[in-house]
Amino acid sequence: MRHAEPVMGTVFSFDVRHGEQARPAVASAVALLHRIDAVFSTYRPDSAISRLDRGEITLRDCPPEVTEVLDLCARVESATDGYFSVVPSHHLDPSALVKGWAVDRACDLLRNAGCVRHCVNGGGDVRLGEPPEPGRPWRIGIAHPLRRGELLCVVEGTELAVATSGTAERGDHILDPHTGLPARGLAAITLLGADLTTVDAYATAAFAMGAGAHAWAERTGGIEALAVTDTGTTWRTSGFAHHLR
Amino acid sequence: MRRALLAVVVTVLGLVLLLSFKPHEVSPAALRPAATSGTDQAVDAQRAQGSVTGASVDTRWGPVQVAITVSGGRISAVDVIQAPDGNHRDIEINQRALPILIQETLDAQSAQIDMVSGATYTSEGYLGSLQSAIDQAGL
Repeated sequence: MRHAEPVMGTVFSFDVRHGEQARPAVASAVALLHRIDAVFSTYRPDSAISRLDRGEITLRDCPPEVTEVLDLCARVESATDGYFSVVPSHHLDPSALVKGWAVDRACDLLRNAGCVRHCVNGGGDVRLGEPPEPGRPWRIGIAHPLRRGELLCVVEGTELAVATSGTAERGDHILDPHTGLPARGLAAITLLGADLTTVDAYATAAFAMGAGAHAWAERTGGIEALAVTDTGTTWRTSGFAHHLR
Repeated sequence: MRRALLAVVVTVLGLVLLLSFKPHEVSPAALRPAATSGTDQAVDAQRAQGSVTGASVDTRWGPVQVAITVSGGRISAVDVIQAPDGNHRDIEINQRALPILIQETLDAQSAQIDMVSGATYTSEGYLGSLQSAIDQAGL
């Protein structure tokens, strides 16, 4: 079954290959996403994150997952030479990690409910479970950032996370935390790895790195990358080709 | 890379599956068992006719809503009822993007992609509304 749910300022879609039996698990996963949004939304003045940012409450007053997420943010910040920031515009904003983390939590829930053949897409960032049907992997198109209507390539895989960061149709929206200015150099970068929490946050950081992203991605374990530069050239890490259809 | 350069838009986004898999908002009586497919999820699409309006999906830049026209169990047209138009940039994006999304929705009925990474907010809204319309149409 499929389900599309508007939440967290975007649309999450589920493709779960367990027939109608999957319906209660998907409903639980959707409810979980709304609960995560209520805690982490920077658009809701009453969320724990907003209140923490304004200093109205302390970390101890927050649900335990806030500490978990902020710890994960700190880990990503360190692994990306500070190109990921939890305070991208001088306010506490873990959104760039929370979306991928939320997808991972939804996938955990589906898996624990026995729905292992799933694909969950959180606003263009995707986590793949076991194969949709015997003998074929999931197929994920990577949108071309500069040529609308075209895919850059098709990635195949199972138990894989796929995240793309880019300026896409809305122009610059990722800041380089080191300069406070819009990141330059890349039109989009796609990262592959085991979990979407890391891969999605890394993709945001790698986009901010611009020209430095290639060497960083090559030396960082557990991920592969494919990028389109702002002049339209492409590069990929040495292992990326193994995932191409 | 060249061989993989498929002419499919971002919002193909698993439309194949949207369109070829068992709907979940339709009563079992409306469905006929699959005659040829080997999978338990595949069923013949209901021979629905007419126009169905999808839910309005809020995106960061405003609501997106589409309606589909169904003929012979397939989508024959997509109309955009609402799209963000708050500024020149919105209008420019939609004038460029929406006709492509619509064409690709129609073309996607024969594509082979499960999901797309790198989709954009407007197209996500488009997809969300489209999904809702497809559910209602029982395709």
